[in-house]
Amino acid sequence: MNGARRLLILGGIALALWGMGYGLWYAVFAEHQALNGIGSSLAAAFDASASRNPGAREAAFGKYKQAKYVYDRQVDVHSHWIGLAMLLVVVGIAFDRVRFAESYKRMLALALVAGAAIFPMGVLLQTFDHGSVPRAITILGSALVIAALVGITLGLMGRQTLAE
Amino acid sequence: MAFSQSSTGEKMNEMHESSFAPLSARRLLLLGGIGLILVGMLVGDIFAVFVLHQNAARVGASLASAAHAASAGDHSLGQASFQDVGAFLENRGTKVDTHVHLIDFGYLALLLAILQPWIAFAERMKRRLAWLFLAGAILLPVGVFLIHYVGLVYSPLETIGWASIFADFGGLLVMIATFGLLLGLGEHFRSRVSVPVKDALLLDRSASGRVLLVGGMVMVVAGFLHGAYYAAIDLYRHEALDASILSDMAKAAAANDAGMVDRSLEAYGQFQGDKAVKIAAHAHIIEFGLLTMLLAFFQPYVSLRETWKFRWAYVLILGSVLLPVCVLMELDFGLVAGGLADFGGLLVIVALLAMWIGILRYTGQLDGHLGEAR
Repeated sequence: MNGARRLLILGGIALALWGMGYGLWYAVFAEHQALNGIGSSLAAAFDASASRNPGAREAAFGKYKQAKYVYDRQVDVHSHWIGLAMLLVVVGIAFDRVRFAESYKRMLALALVAGAAIFPMGVLLQTFDHGSVPRAITILGSALVIAALVGITLGLMGRQTLAE
Repeated sequence: MAFSQSSTGEKMNEMHESSFAPLSARRLLLLGGIGLILVGMLVGDIFAVFVLHQNAARVGASLASAAHAASAGDHSLGQASFQDVGAFLENRGTKVDTHVHLIDFGYLALLLAILQPWIAFAERMKRRLAWLFLAGAILLPVGVFLIHYVGLVYSPLETIGWASIFADFGGLLVMIATFGLLLGLGEHFRSRVSVPVKDALLLDRSASGRVLLVGGMVMVVAGFLHGAYYAAIDLYRHEALDASILSDMAKAAAANDAGMVDRSLEAYGQFQGDKAVKIAAHAHIIEFGLLTMLLAFFQPYVSLRETWKFRWAYVLILGSVLLPVCVLMELDFGLVAGGLADFGGLLVIVALLAMWIGILRYTGQLDGHLGEAR
């Protein structure tokens, strides 16, 4: 098994274990609290409306917005890490059918593994910092994944050699 | 040349026989994996037709009841309505989870089936792990499906019912089996005298396999591009809309403006629909792309004529593209697009079933051949 293929398969397995570990931590320590936060703030907002209390209503909606923002990203991080990990392993298995020079294939594999790791990491960082740095990391990660996938697709479409 | 080709063919057959023996881990995981995906898709189709829209209507009605209760200053009705929303969402959530877990475990089973030759354990051990995986992969979704119906009946715990306990146990079995197989894979890579793995499946370069591999990869790229577009154009707009529509609804309720409450409810329903179809299209095209790629590797096991293998490959790709595209158009074209999306799902199911039958035919031929050899 050559280096690029090994990088994709082992990188994929490592990312899957990391994603599952994150999911386990999230399910045990964060998910129920997040869902409770979303449900209770929404109920509190409507309760405040029933009491004709605009201040409490706006405060409750503020909490709802923040809780939902964090919850959506945490779920996305988990599913994207594991989904990308699976893609890495599948692409790794098919990588000997990519008809490019080894150096170019290594570069594509590296870009895909790096993108698959940092794209969800950027999304996770957005839950701590709403600034532009986490968004830039997310965009960089997703751009790496898309560029590598386009490159690999072109390599798979290449003409079969006589030996094949 | 002819001699060389037939000798290569015989070697390939021998390699297939050794890696795909009766009740081997690869055979169990492949047939079990496709079976799980088929059942998961059927559950998804039944859910989409008979549960999804009815449940969304109930959630909408409960939210409307909460808003009107707030308007009337009725705290207890408001709380009860939110509890109803929670119950309907739990019902919906467990059905979606059943669908997703069946399919994802099926994908994982196919992936583990491909990796079998690299797993440095005896076949007996691999077979046990494969059975363990399949047992857990069935137990978890069945348990999740039953959560809504069993509730806390006879449960020894205050918040978790028996269905949840069995579902978690199923998840544990899957984790143990997967971890065990990964240990075997690690053992292969750690081994100093690493014997090069020769697997006929991965040496195959058939035309139908190539169509599936490239088609699947194009779908995955399309899904990622659509996801990037969604993140850039819709994600933050949707997040802002979610809070602002609910806020408008609550303000209207406080002002006792029933008309505005109803308009906000309608806007909220449309917004949720817009968000749901975009996310579903993104997720489905990537998942179908991955499935198409995984099936590309197993084409040598599909015992059908080459023309039929091609046809089923194209049917699979057609259905895989039709479903997410039509889901995306559901808001503009309503039931017509919804019906076409369901038809796309049906095409995927039929193509998958045809390939599964082809693999079953192959196992019959292989077992017959092995029986004659004995």
